[in-house]
Amino acid sequence: MIYRENGQFKTSYRADQQIFPIVQDRVLVLGLVAFAVVGVPLLAGEYLYNAILVPWLILSLAAIGLNLVVGYCGQISLGAGGIMAVGAYAAYNLFIRVPALNFLVVLLLAGGAAAAVGMLFGIPSLRIKGLYLAVATLAAQFFLDWLFSRVGWFTNYASSGSVSTPALDLFGVSIAAPARKFLFLVGVVTALALIAKNLVRSSIGRAWMATRDMDVAAEVIGIRPVHAKLTAFGVSSFYLGVAGALWGFVYLGSWEPLAFDINMALNLLFMIIIGGLGSILGCFLGAAFMVILPIFLNRVPSWLGVPLSTAMISNLEHMIFGGLIIFFLIVEPHGLARLWAIAKDKLRLWPFPH
Amino acid sequence: MTRRIGIVVLLALLAAGLVAPVVLGAAPGGFYIEVLLGGLMAGVLYSLVALGFVLIYKASGVFNFAQGAMVLFAALSMARMGEVMPIWASLVLTFGIMVVLAVLIERLVLRPLVNQEGVTLLMATLGIAYFLDGFGQTIWGSDIYKLDLGISKEPALILENVFEGGILVSREDVVAAATATVLVTFLALFFRRTAVGRALRAVADDQQAAQSVGVPLNRIWTIVWSVAGVVALVAGMVWGSKLGVQFSISTVALKSLPVVFLGGLTSVTGAIVGGLIIGVGEKMAAVFLGPWMAATFGVAGGGIEDWFAYVLALVFMLFRPEGLFGEVRIDRV
Amino acid sequence: MTGRSTGAPILAVEDISLAFGGLRALAQVSFDVREHEVRAIIGPNGAGKSSMLNVINGVYRPQAGAVTYLGRRRDHMEPYEAARLGIARTFQGLALFKGMTVLENIMTGRALLMRSGMLAQALWLGPGEREEIAHRQRVEQIIDFLEIQAHRRTPVGRLPYGLQKRVDLGRALAMEPKLLLLDEPMAGMNVEEKQDMCRFVLDVNDEYGTTIVLIEHDMSVVMDISDRVVVLDYGLKIADGTPDEVRNDPRVIEAYLGVKH
Repeated sequence: MIYRENGQFKTSYRADQQIFPIVQDRVLVLGLVAFAVVGVPLLAGEYLYNAILVPWLILSLAAIGLNLVVGYCGQISLGAGGIMAVGAYAAYNLFIRVPALNFLVVLLLAGGAAAAVGMLFGIPSLRIKGLYLAVATLAAQFFLDWLFSRVGWFTNYASSGSVSTPALDLFGVSIAAPARKFLFLVGVVTALALIAKNLVRSSIGRAWMATRDMDVAAEVIGIRPVHAKLTAFGVSSFYLGVAGALWGFVYLGSWEPLAFDINMALNLLFMIIIGGLGSILGCFLGAAFMVILPIFLNRVPSWLGVPLSTAMISNLEHMIFGGLIIFFLIVEPHGLARLWAIAKDKLRLWPFPH
Repeated sequence: MTRRIGIVVLLALLAAGLVAPVVLGAAPGGFYIEVLLGGLMAGVLYSLVALGFVLIYKASGVFNFAQGAMVLFAALSMARMGEVMPIWASLVLTFGIMVVLAVLIERLVLRPLVNQEGVTLLMATLGIAYFLDGFGQTIWGSDIYKLDLGISKEPALILENVFEGGILVSREDVVAAATATVLVTFLALFFRRTAVGRALRAVADDQQAAQSVGVPLNRIWTIVWSVAGVVALVAGMVWGSKLGVQFSISTVALKSLPVVFLGGLTSVTGAIVGGLIIGVGEKMAAVFLGPWMAATFGVAGGGIEDWFAYVLALVFMLFRPEGLFGEVRIDRV
Repeated sequence: MTGRSTGAPILAVEDISLAFGGLRALAQVSFDVREHEVRAIIGPNGAGKSSMLNVINGVYRPQAGAVTYLGRRRDHMEPYEAARLGIARTFQGLALFKGMTVLENIMTGRALLMRSGMLAQALWLGPGEREEIAHRQRVEQIIDFLEIQAHRRTPVGRLPYGLQKRVDLGRALAMEPKLLLLDEPMAGMNVEEKQDMCRFVLDVNDEYGTTIVLIEHDMSVVMDISDRVVVLDYGLKIADGTPDEVRNDPRVIEAYLGVKH
């Protein structure tokens, strides 16, 4: 009843092409954003920010980045961790060597550096396809891992190999407090997600999807696979780089190269598969899943009164995680976004059966 | 034309890299041979794991990310059970366990996902890997365990007359090489000469066509995963005896991936040749290239073997995107 | 017969030979196509008809021969270049983009005609949106023309075969091509659908003056709508002329029906 689009006729293409053409959706999303900006700061405690909201937002951004190249353009990439590292270390080096720079500028430049590196490592995709490409991108991941841990310049020759960042401020206003971090991230992530959505529904997005679906046909239409793939890697890496910088500066505060290793790359891949390939909403859902699951697994045994050692919890996490992935893939290979779309479809008719 | 030139250039570069240490005098002859042999032996180990990947892919089109976990699970089972019973008994039991594992995987994971695309199946095997990781450690524990096959750990000294001081060769490596050779020969014959082998190749080519001529897919998959499990077991035995057994997904599987793809996903020969190339390349890079880079570029030493195998595979793939011995797929529109 | 006025040749293939390993697909085939005409390529299965189209728009590179298009003679054109020069085509196997809707599929055809840079697209509001809307209008005209309005937002994979073929045609039309290559546009259709498709093809030729080269098996369709016909058999050209001439050519009859003993 609530969700019927009856009577919502579009009389212009402009109206038809909106991101949220159904009024109820628009209300829901705007409401969520308003709640995020106003409500959450009033209600949330520090734990909620630091353990859930902040990592969720940053990982959603990284997931959007990876989804652009894997879900929309169809190029399997397992090097996402390394690209995030490029962003993080680029931001760090800019920060300490050019202290006068505004943090937003630092983020943009870090993203740019990551984009350049990403496009370089995306060149193999012009020759290599499918699983072979996945392995080729691992070369990027491991090489970048090694680079940031062995070449001292990146960490400013820190003897421990790890770097740390001071409290941040933006335009003179401190954003060190959890609530401030959260609001800052809401702003950045919303803006970038909007841009991603715009790209994806325009010509470039269609070029990506065409290259994914059938690149020979795409070429026949006039879409050059080289252009499509390299722009996909470039934009994707920009997002990953910004996310990496945010992860290091805003979430971790101090990190070593291992923070961006193959596990990060695999986690991101899980996020977009569970969330839904080729869906911006899916990125947010997948990231939420990945952030909440370990916390859940950590808490439940103690709630149930079953004491487990940390090692056991970690093993259990792995088992449940692996099992859930398989379960998900069997039940809905297109991810949470599809489940959400199906739910909306049912809502359209509810309470009528058909 | 350009492709052939490219491959010739690549092989020339590799050959140059191979002899450079000797030519440049960085290594006396005997030492060089030792490193080379060490690389070849390491390569054999990689090939053993890579074989498992290739087998499953050849027969079911599934890339089994869990192969490494299977190797470790087998090795771990054997090592732990070997603590309370004779080693041959634990071998037999582990064999049984691997077959049961294969059946479970086929029934619970593969059958429900039968027509999904590559990425989905890949992620599913990744899920299996994670599950085995947690499960294996829950049952058998997370420490390093010894796997004693009764092979002497003392290296043998050979060719004392040819090279000064002789060349040290690890007996375990020799056993590994021999085992691998036997296994590969057996598998090659199995695929070419037996009816089951033929059926496996048919399924790898076209599942629907194979079904339509009466090949029982489910049973074939169980067989394939069991065979892969056995290969994993052998690989696990060899690795475990040499290095000790500890669960860590990263090491085993990830080290073998470049081998699989450099050689070609669909080729048993490729797994062997690829393994040797990567083994030697990695060893040479670690011993000669790494220190040279550290000296020249001021890079804090070591660690080059973390990525060298992958970059080597990447370079090969740029020249031959389907791997050295892989099948070339022609997309027809 | 058609009362169409055709111009000078815009496409000429000379001595095209194409082989796949030991398999010979085309052997020294030459013919030309005049502007505004409807040219049919017919022949038994495996005669090399699709391969001929693939050579024309650059998907295959012939071992010998040249293609002259719009006055320029080349050994080979990249498909991207062919598209840029106004050659569009449909595929026998329907190379539609399965992950996208009907509307999105046809919009991809506008790729070469859209000029906004990535920045404009990223910001959307302003020039990016305006261009998107302008091209949407053109695409909607094509959707009207092909009568698939109801299926705009349906993922193409879910449509029945006949409708998918229309989407394929729509995508090619969206490129506003000078030369349209149609690979068995009526395959697998029932009588009604074939009549619809014929109507579409003829309308395209009438309204936009698009030159059409089509591969077709249905003889009545070929006879009705084409100006001239090329007949291929085992990669060789065995006849070339008006539909009537070709219909009565003994070599053509032999190729299709076999020799009388």
